Amino acid sequence: MMLGKTAGGLFWMFRYLERAENTARLLEAGWRIALTRSGAAPGEWQSVIATAGMTSAYLAEHETYDAAQVIDFLLRGKSNPSSVLNSLASARSNARTVRTALSSEVWEATNECWMEAKSILSRPISERNLHDTLAKIRFRSAVVRGALHGTMLRNDIFSFARLGTFIERSDNTARILDVKYYVLLPSASLVGTMIDNAQWETILRSVSAEQSYHWLNGGQTSPLGIADFLILDRRMPRSLSFCCLKIADNLAQLEQEYDSRKECHDMSDEICNRMFGSTIETIFEGGLHEFLSKSIADMGQLATLIEADYRFYR
Amino acid sequence: MIRKPETFDEMLADPHTARSPYSAYFNWFGSENLKHLRRKSADAEAFFRRIGITFNVYGQDEADERLIPFDIVPRIIAADEWTRLERGTEQRVRAINAFLHDIYHRQEIIRAGRIPREIIAGNAAYLPEMIGVDPPGGVYTHVVGVDLVRTGENDFFVLEDNARTPSGVSYMLENRETMLQMFPELFTQLRVRPVSRYPQLLRRSLADCAPPGFSGGKPTVAVLTPGIHNSAYFEHSFLADQMGAELVESQDLRIENGRVVMRTTEGYHPIDVLYRRVDDEYLDPLTFNPESLLGVPGIMDVYRAGNITIANAPGTGIADDKALYSYMPEIVEFYTGESAILKNVPTWRCSEADSLAYVLENLKDLVVKEVHGSGGYGMLVGPAASKKELAAFEAKLRARPGNYIAQPTLALSTVPILTKSGLAPRHVDLRPFVLVSPDRIDMTPGGLTRVALKKGSLVVNSSQGGGTKDTWVLEG
Repeated sequence: MMLGKTAGGLFWMFRYLERAENTARLLEAGWRIALTRSGAAPGEWQSVIATAGMTSAYLAEHETYDAAQVIDFLLRGKSNPSSVLNSLASARSNARTVRTALSSEVWEATNECWMEAKSILSRPISERNLHDTLAKIRFRSAVVRGALHGTMLRNDIFSFARLGTFIERSDNTARILDVKYYVLLPSASLVGTMIDNAQWETILRSVSAEQSYHWLNGGQTSPLGIADFLILDRRMPRSLSFCCLKIADNLAQLEQEYDSRKECHDMSDEICNRMFGSTIETIFEGGLHEFLSKSIADMGQLATLIEADYRFYR
Repeated sequence: MIRKPETFDEMLADPHTARSPYSAYFNWFGSENLKHLRRKSADAEAFFRRIGITFNVYGQDEADERLIPFDIVPRIIAADEWTRLERGTEQRVRAINAFLHDIYHRQEIIRAGRIPREIIAGNAAYLPEMIGVDPPGGVYTHVVGVDLVRTGENDFFVLEDNARTPSGVSYMLENRETMLQMFPELFTQLRVRPVSRYPQLLRRSLADCAPPGFSGGKPTVAVLTPGIHNSAYFEHSFLADQMGAELVESQDLRIENGRVVMRTTEGYHPIDVLYRRVDDEYLDPLTFNPESLLGVPGIMDVYRAGNITIANAPGTGIADDKALYSYMPEIVEFYTGESAILKNVPTWRCSEADSLAYVLENLKDLVVKEVHGSGGYGMLVGPAASKKELAAFEAKLRARPGNYIAQPTLALSTVPILTKSGLAPRHVDLRPFVLVSPDRIDMTPGGLTRVALKKGSLVVNSSQGGGTKDTWVLEG
């Protein structure tokens, strides 16, 4: 048993940490493409903003997708609630409210992560320093995750933290795929231009999966293969399937610990059944975009049910 | 009135000799390198930031979290000095609880003519809602922080009794943690009494005061905080964490079947003991300030029905009210039958015409305090004030004399702090923390030493640029 507010605070603390990391990854991928294929850069930055779900907020301030502006907006944009800095500040603020539920190592790691980010991001980051900056932030948030795994009891506290992580991650992976789904369609692959290859590479990089994908596929890159990897491969820690499984596991933990089954358990089962009943071929037949849209909507609904079932707010 | 005599320094008997409690430390200090110590001092600050021991200053940007400056030179108290303080404080705290019971029941002390009726009747800190109420376990002040000052080898005074929701204990604990990490070798040389049991003792004291019919097994204890933006939020979460209690806010609570319950992941769960860090005024909008969003509507009814323990009990503020302070020696004597072991600072009540005349005449030598003020706000330190400030305060005094008390400017003792050029004396006070159970009083050996970091300043409040020191009570 714990306070509903605390459960909600843990859930959001880890959603925000995950979000900060995901935004950092997106930026890294965009920066990489811009470096290697300068012709594709503005379009790439545009889709980075779209993937972050920030198109209208960005356009309210800027007219063009200029590298320095996009980088600044995603790292430290005041009006961007999902900027790395704002996400880490929200994570830390949630951590403060749930401090009694965290081991001191997790709290201190979170606080240090925020302090370092706040200090590095106190002024604009040049493209030259972007890589180092992102590496530092990734390192700090890895320390938080390490402390979570190494020092926290495996009880309801841990489950709510993990639920936040995987709901955010699933949402992020689905968005990355959805923004680029057209380059994965069979018709696009026929074109087989350099640009498309670059797009595939970005998708993989945005989820830090280019290396593991190549390990598994021996250098053979295909749109179907990439989609299969990011949607259905349960070995891949950022795939939609992996997230589904983890969410189901953590909800099962709660069901067992509280000896009570809730609506969110049924919803989660439904999502899992749909996922595991699919092959990449059936997904493409039914429409990749439709599949991804439904995944995003389902996760949103699941989050709402978890929030109500465990009394985060009421 | 005589201007302040020579200041008593707790470390140095003369520039080259330490007083006995400090002799081992002084020798150690002499063999240390100043630069190295200054670096340690900077390390301590980084340590505090990492842990997040910060406070928000009222009136500042909410996002602006500040550190209370920490000085690495400990304040050291000998075993026999401590024994006396302990006896005196315990006596005073017992008297305060007896006084509170009396004042909310038969009011014998008023009948006996020892304190005037008006001082109670017209006082905002006196809550008529508490008349006839018996707090579970008979305890009113579960936690008291008694502010002590020293002016000489054997002269300790009580400056103020904090009987509402005294804060600062987290600094006592974290200051010690910091010192243990930075100077482990010192703790092997000097035998310093530990303070670390405080959270467990607090938990036990609170649990021992649970209502008689509590839900069974272990009583459920929760800490009520006004929220993350409160200046003492760190302390609230720290204590809840250390005690293994829930940290709740108004939105987590409601009344159900005559109990105060908290919203959990498994539904509503009753609370037996609420250690509230919310002032009386905001505790229950149905009984007190109707605008309050920090309290629990209806909690006073639950309390009066005996179904929850509120710590400290509502209405304890009457015991530490500045208008009552000057009667404390009477109060101690009335309830304990002994004269007070700890002295009061001589106090002029400006409500009395003779006193007012004296105060106005000697304003530049006195400290004048607002009766209902706290935290060093609304206070005049005569010797440090400009002519203009004195004149402005004189006008305030004449307009509302009943609002003020005045005290001589005490020559507060000094303990050195570490500065760029080495040790330099600064004025200090001491707030030990006292826990009251139905059958016992525990006083943690040590407390919070507050230090005025500005040379010559007598104001030690953290909101006014004061810092803290670790306080060492030596084993006998």
